[in-house]
Amino acid sequence: MEIPKSFLGYKRENDRVGTRNHVIILPVDDISNACAEAVANNIKGTMALPHSYGRLQFGADLDLHFRTMIGTGKNPNVAAVIVIGIEPKWTKRIVDEIAKTGKPVEGFHIERTGDIGTIMKASKKAQEFAMWASEKQREECPLSDLWISVKCGESDTTSGLAANPTVGNLMDKLEPLGVHLCFGETSELTGAEKVCATRGATPEASKKFMKTWSDYNDFILKEATDDLSDSQPTAGNIAGGLTTIEEKAFGNFQKIGNCKFIDVLEPAEEPTKGKGLYFMDTSSAAAECITLQAAAGFNIHLFPTGQGNIVGNPIEPVVKLTANPLTVKGMGEHIDCDVSKILSREMSMSEAGDELIKSMIRVANGRLTCAETLGHKEFVMTKLYRSA
Amino acid sequence: MATDIIIHDEKDNVGVVVIDKISPKQDCACWIMENDKTIQIQSVDEIQLGHKIAMVDLNEGDTILKYGHDIGKVVKSIKKGEHVHVHNVKTKKW
Repeated sequence: MEIPKSFLGYKRENDRVGTRNHVIILPVDDISNACAEAVANNIKGTMALPHSYGRLQFGADLDLHFRTMIGTGKNPNVAAVIVIGIEPKWTKRIVDEIAKTGKPVEGFHIERTGDIGTIMKASKKAQEFAMWASEKQREECPLSDLWISVKCGESDTTSGLAANPTVGNLMDKLEPLGVHLCFGETSELTGAEKVCATRGATPEASKKFMKTWSDYNDFILKEATDDLSDSQPTAGNIAGGLTTIEEKAFGNFQKIGNCKFIDVLEPAEEPTKGKGLYFMDTSSAAAECITLQAAAGFNIHLFPTGQGNIVGNPIEPVVKLTANPLTVKGMGEHIDCDVSKILSREMSMSEAGDELIKSMIRVANGRLTCAETLGHKEFVMTKLYRSA
Repeated sequence: MATDIIIHDEKDNVGVVVIDKISPKQDCACWIMENDKTIQIQSVDEIQLGHKIAMVDLNEGDTILKYGHDIGKVVKSIKKGEHVHVHNVKTKKW
């Protein structure tokens, strides 16, 4: 198949390109959710991103909170942002960073005004933003404007046999075209960590990966009260035939094909070394991982599943594929790309990779994903430890 | 001939069932992805889609190889053709 050289995206003020054109209402903290949701309810064409945190966090955990908030606002799939927090200082900090992209952003704080007054002021601005964004048109953009993140979920042995290698095939074909790529799931590389480390593009990248994996594994060993057999693999993984974390890890690892990673990113850290594959330190829980990848600026997500994970993300469209025929049959409304014919050997890996490229570009051009039509917009902050 | 079982790597001592299920004493066609060879095995157990079959006799303490790599240890001996899963294999990690 000849790979299309372009897609239709929204060009942003900072030269990044979006596959979506969202106007978001971003609460800084848990107690501002009600206000943000009221604004999104008032003004059609906007979307609130409620979450559970943002108060009394400190140190690395607070840094990650800000990085996630700011990165979500900066993501090119977002046209404009209303930020609402309880206090002015943290609200302003987020607004000022998002403003550096050049996109419209305005902050509101609730203290001394209350919810109702804030909702009125923020709704007026949100209406202005929504009407402004609605005039944005898609334009032809080179494929290299795609920043593609990947994560697998509710995996089974068909993931490692077929769906994950399909993603790997796509990476092998698109990496030379200059796209950005990102995989994560630090804990789910356990057992395959030494093999994964050999895929660093430089000795520094390999070393950084091993340190990141060791730190995460030490944390798991410190907190574990058993062999994790109720969590990793999950009951769904086991029902699908996966027996150990090592087996799951080698299956997971198929997603990067033959690519080498050029750098290791902190959670939600924006890549700065140009095109190519990055590894991000993330948990292996689907919504947490995708939220971090979206906050790092990735604009389209590929999600292979075995038993049928149903996750979505509010700003980054999640394209799901599976090779498990029972999942296609039982829950087809969640599957954007069916590659189950690999198992019956009626479809080659290369054909499957081509199918996924086609599905992904259609979604990049604006086709709604299964998760979007079903209303899945799981926005889940990663919290590193308890608040002060 | 249809493929009943796929094996990732020639070194692997397990294969994955890729049809709805295989029945006891079924003669199964196994395709090895790495070298495109086809081999045969007779099953002992009923094994569902996605679950693993032992390609050789395995003793307690042996290592399970899949993708050509170590994916865990045998904790209860397994005969060729039997179901390989959490009842007879455990992680070496955690």
